[in-house]
Amino acid sequence: MTDPYPSVLLCVEELTKFYGRRTGCRNVSFQLWPGEVLAIVGESGSGKTTLLRCVSGLMPPSSGSVHLSDGSGRTIDVLTLSEAQRRKLIRSDFGFVHQDAHEGLRMGISAGANTGERLMAIGVRHFGRIRAESLSWLERVEMDLSRIDDLPSAFSGGMLQRLQIARNLITRPRLLFLDEPTGGLDVSVQARLLDLLRELVEELSASVILVTHDLTVARLLSHRLVVMQKGEVVETGLTDQVLDDPQHSHTQLLVSSILQT
Amino acid sequence: MLAGCNPWGGYNFAYLDEDTKRMVRRALLKAVAIPGHQIPFSSREMPLPYGWGTGGIQVTASIIGPADTLKVIDQGADDTTNAVSIRQFFTRTTGVATTEKTRAATIIQTRHRIPETPLRAGQIMVYQVPLPEPLRVLEAREVETRKMHAYQEYGLIFVRLYEDVVRYRKIATSYNYPVEVNGHYLMSPSPIPKFDNPKMHRSPALHLFGAGREMRVYAVPPFTSVVSLDFEDHPFEVQRWDQACALCHSRDSFLDEIVTDDRGGRMFVCSDTDYCSERRDEGDAS
Repeated sequence: MTDPYPSVLLCVEELTKFYGRRTGCRNVSFQLWPGEVLAIVGESGSGKTTLLRCVSGLMPPSSGSVHLSDGSGRTIDVLTLSEAQRRKLIRSDFGFVHQDAHEGLRMGISAGANTGERLMAIGVRHFGRIRAESLSWLERVEMDLSRIDDLPSAFSGGMLQRLQIARNLITRPRLLFLDEPTGGLDVSVQARLLDLLRELVEELSASVILVTHDLTVARLLSHRLVVMQKGEVVETGLTDQVLDDPQHSHTQLLVSSILQT
Repeated sequence: MLAGCNPWGGYNFAYLDEDTKRMVRRALLKAVAIPGHQIPFSSREMPLPYGWGTGGIQVTASIIGPADTLKVIDQGADDTTNAVSIRQFFTRTTGVATTEKTRAATIIQTRHRIPETPLRAGQIMVYQVPLPEPLRVLEAREVETRKMHAYQEYGLIFVRLYEDVVRYRKIATSYNYPVEVNGHYLMSPSPIPKFDNPKMHRSPALHLFGAGREMRVYAVPPFTSVVSLDFEDHPFEVQRWDQACALCHSRDSFLDEIVTDDRGGRMFVCSDTDYCSERRDEGDAS
């Protein structure tokens, strides 16, 4: 099989999701290149999270296609994979940081086990190695290493997000999905976390799809923007270009509602 | 051979009606065909509380015949309350011969132990299982655990072992120690000590597991591989004791610690009472 999308990592075409008669998202198409950070912005209810869940294989869309390059010139049709293959792909190639850390973490097991779980899932059976990797990743997300054996239920919101990031990046996924990674955090913690994300993503040269309602977050992290309204894409382009010179009336509304400091 | 076989009348042979026994046997056949895989069955109300061995009793009742010889143990002993009650139950409802000798038994129902005397081909072990799903503590969703079994996604069980090593510097799980059966299914071996896990590996006997409340049966057919999970740098180990059994001086059996007075006196004796007394008889004879 030859690659119809050379050098493109992810190609989403005409993706549509209906919830009964309601529309989640409709006819969304975009492409993602390796190492690129793509932000999906829009107000609450505009279909951002629906889109993210469909693309990442967490939820089947009503129609459309998602193709992923496997890194060696072949293309994987993500939506027609068998369940076993899809789960394996999600486990090894994808990372997913949820807005609500309770969704992305196991609250009943220690922080170190949370980060180590993905290693164990891909077959690492050496305790010392799992432990060392966990420690090194907790260090990279700037967590207090003495907390490695504590339960996540004893952690603050910012720490939970750091732990989620470490848990996902430990297997070096090629594609990282971030769903409002800094939602609900105070501003100083947000700023530090965004810095950290930017550094790590650059270092791993992972591709990222970031969902956010916060244009400041999008401006800081992303290279390109997709603006959504009522389930449809209304504007796409380079982040700076879209934010500095918004064309669509809805984008103009979003940009003008950023608080000026 | 049905109602007329037992002196108490009114009940069918082995308490359960023939259709129920057939249903359980069908589930057991499936279980034997897919080693370690949990098969649902419609568990019946039994005349004893859940947790006292309702699953094991239903399995035994379904497979027992008039020619069988039954042995029942609880914590390795033939003379504890649960063992005595279950043995009496089958004596009353089937009239089959019972024994305390491992060698003489064709069916051995157990809760906590596999006898020390090696099992032979043709014998059937029946286990009473409280929690058949080894992944349940970590994953509450049944739909999810079934998928994990189907796709062999067993990373999560290592999380449990990891937590053990973190807390106790070694794998401290000492009973109900998770095993992989026939190179595929993760299985909970019921609350037997991990000391007994190696006895299941390629055992010539048939091992049947029944969970009454959870409505599952599963099986390890004869000569099937049963491997205890571990880490490369924390390999699986069984319990060891510094002393020998105070009664039969065995150094190879699982020992119970018995407190003998309130001044710190204690003794270690075999948990398998039949094995211990057999060794003592041999010692007297020689």
